[in-house]
Amino acid sequence: MMPLASAPQWFGVPLIELWYVALFLTLAMFLWLDGANFGIGLLFGLVSDEETKETMLAAISPLWDGAEVWLIVFGGALFAVFPDVYAKLFSGYYLLMFAILGALILRGISPEFREQRHDPAWQRLWGRLFVFGSVAAPFLLGMFAANWLVAAPGLVSIPGIVVGLALVALTTVEGAAFLGMKMRDGLNRRLENLGSVAQVGYLVLAVATVAYLFLVVEGMAAKIVNPLPIALVLVTAVFGLGYLWALRIGRYLYAFVASAVQTFGLVALVATLLYPTIYPLEGLTVAEAAVSALQLEVMTVVLLVFLPLVLVYFAVLYSAFSGPVEPAEGY
Amino acid sequence: MIDPVLASRLQFALTTAVHIIFPTISMGLAPFLVYITYKEIRGAGEPWVSMRRFWVKIFALTFVVGTVTGIVLEFEFGTNFAAYASAVGGIFGGPLATEGLMAFMLESTFLGILLFGRERVSDRLYFLSAVLTGLGSWLSAVWILIANSWMQTPRGFEMGMRAGQEVAVITDPLAAYLNPRFLWMFVHMQSSAVLAAALFVAGIAAYKLSSPESRTRFWKTSLKLAIVAMLITAPFQAIQGDAYGRHVYETQPQKFAAMEAVYETDSYVPEYIIAVPTNLEDFLNPSAKELFGIGIPGGASWLASGGDPSAEIKGLNEFEGSPPVAFVFWSFRAMVGLGMWFILLALWAGYRWRSGELLEDRLLNRALVYSTGLGVVAVELGWMVTEIGRQPWAIQDVLKVADGVSPNLTGAEATLTLAGFVVGYAALLGVWGYLIRRLVIQGPTDGEGASPTEIGASSGVSGE
Repeated sequence: MMPLASAPQWFGVPLIELWYVALFLTLAMFLWLDGANFGIGLLFGLVSDEETKETMLAAISPLWDGAEVWLIVFGGALFAVFPDVYAKLFSGYYLLMFAILGALILRGISPEFREQRHDPAWQRLWGRLFVFGSVAAPFLLGMFAANWLVAAPGLVSIPGIVVGLALVALTTVEGAAFLGMKMRDGLNRRLENLGSVAQVGYLVLAVATVAYLFLVVEGMAAKIVNPLPIALVLVTAVFGLGYLWALRIGRYLYAFVASAVQTFGLVALVATLLYPTIYPLEGLTVAEAAVSALQLEVMTVVLLVFLPLVLVYFAVLYSAFSGPVEPAEGY
Repeated sequence: MIDPVLASRLQFALTTAVHIIFPTISMGLAPFLVYITYKEIRGAGEPWVSMRRFWVKIFALTFVVGTVTGIVLEFEFGTNFAAYASAVGGIFGGPLATEGLMAFMLESTFLGILLFGRERVSDRLYFLSAVLTGLGSWLSAVWILIANSWMQTPRGFEMGMRAGQEVAVITDPLAAYLNPRFLWMFVHMQSSAVLAAALFVAGIAAYKLSSPESRTRFWKTSLKLAIVAMLITAPFQAIQGDAYGRHVYETQPQKFAAMEAVYETDSYVPEYIIAVPTNLEDFLNPSAKELFGIGIPGGASWLASGGDPSAEIKGLNEFEGSPPVAFVFWSFRAMVGLGMWFILLALWAGYRWRSGELLEDRLLNRALVYSTGLGVVAVELGWMVTEIGRQPWAIQDVLKVADGVSPNLTGAEATLTLAGFVVGYAALLGVWGYLIRRLVIQGPTDGEGASPTEIGASSGVSGE
């Protein structure tokens, strides 16, 4: 039996904590970049003219596949560094995981399939499935994250539903801002209002979530009343107001960046409230769940070499497709 | 209600078997797309521009389905095989995470440019995107096959404790990643992917060329490119596969015995190239000793040892638990049979091309059309030999599949998701096949590429 050497550090940085942060960063990147695509999917269901719909699909078609890989990296990294958490979470919320996978499958294939044929019935079918997948994916992911954080024993819990709705609102916020950058004449009044309503909805749901955690979930009150969580809540509120203003004056890039700050803020809040446990249902801590020092070191080399490269890929991709798109640019 | 262990096994088998179709085609098409895009940006004109447009469409449709079915697999180790994930995640999870970060990120971002960016980026960046998308898809295979080959020939670890459980702990990453099986598997898989894609392209092109109105340079060039790839990969696959078989004999004798249906340890074991079951019992429980067939005396021993007909083959009876022999035995024979057919087909097509009668040989045309999907079938059969042949082990001699299943999984949950995948994946495959067929029937939709040229103009791949 070989004992696991405990808590390796590089240049004073503990690798277990580095990976804990990296894991939530990949999740935040997913929720921000693919979240915008989910949001556009929801808005797709609320517009009726074909030209706007085609513009929406043209906006996300080159981007969603890459954005979705952040979730794959999250799953892979969880498997590689905290395998027990990966195993317990995914098998514990078994049906929820497959519901998420089903939603992601529908969201991925339906725009591609929709554009292959031009008859209305075919396009209506795949359009609806696209909207369904785009709304269900963030909702179910929110349920999953909330269940994880509050150690819900079953699939359906109150915080699960509230956080699920909050994520649907947040992705709509991101989607409206991103769509504004993609449409030649910016958002029309209706889409702008939808973005603003989603932002207000997100703020309300976020406050409700924090209040629920503070009042109901054991041990959370003490964790929330600390400088970092309070700062994160305030940042979310301030950038939410900034978003409303930016959308109003048509500065969509500012609005998109504000939504990014809110997304990273939300994920950081979850990570802060979870730490030092990583699987509250069994009280498993980050240190207990981490793999051996050697595996951590190998994975850290991989992370340090490839994460910067990945960011370059995304910079190339998003700059190649920066600016407005034409409806015909899609599939 | 199906028992959770069986349901998990069936679900993983189904979801991998469906998934592998798509990366096989997209990885195999990648070198074609790189070449076609190269011709396009070097100003070779038509049919290269239309070819790039058309084959990129086929690639895109396939890639998208490959992405969404691939995520399922990445999550299934946790959902259905939680005990496995806990026990070996400290090694096995590494290649999966690396695949995502190093390979899948590369291919999926540059895919966006390859599919939609022709008008938005320079020729150079566009060509680079084709190369990087292809490179990413091949690097994906590197890491996925590192993970899989480690399950066949596990190295570089010890058993240790984590959070009160006994788990595999990595001790030598290089030994674990570059385990004895890895290179054999990678070369065999990538060559078979190119061969499968070549058969796919050749079959589609042959189908179009069978009607005179679409006898265009576009389809002739596509067919010729595919024939070149077939002539390289089909014979290579047989030579490499033969040596791979010897490696399996040395490293997984139990699997080798199942491939040959040898129960009693023996020397001078014959190789039944053609085995004819004379009754249902022989088919379901093949045993080399009782099968009626054409056996080369000492052939299996000869294959196993690389030339010694007296070499001893350990029989299945000597091992603890044995794989379902019928699956492995027949899959292996069917795969080898298809491999031989592909060599014949490649030589036949190459010969007709040389003699200038590529389009005149109706029988060749039919043979190519009927072989469109057979390369993918051969890949499926090969994976059945590999994966079913490893049973009952998940990690050879370390962890059994049955001990890897999630402990809290109920039969109801597992049956529900299995049923969902049966229905959902049947629909997914159906729609994908329907849309590919539709794209093929439409053909290249824009101007020049579709214009018919004289029949039989055929010198050089470009048809110039």
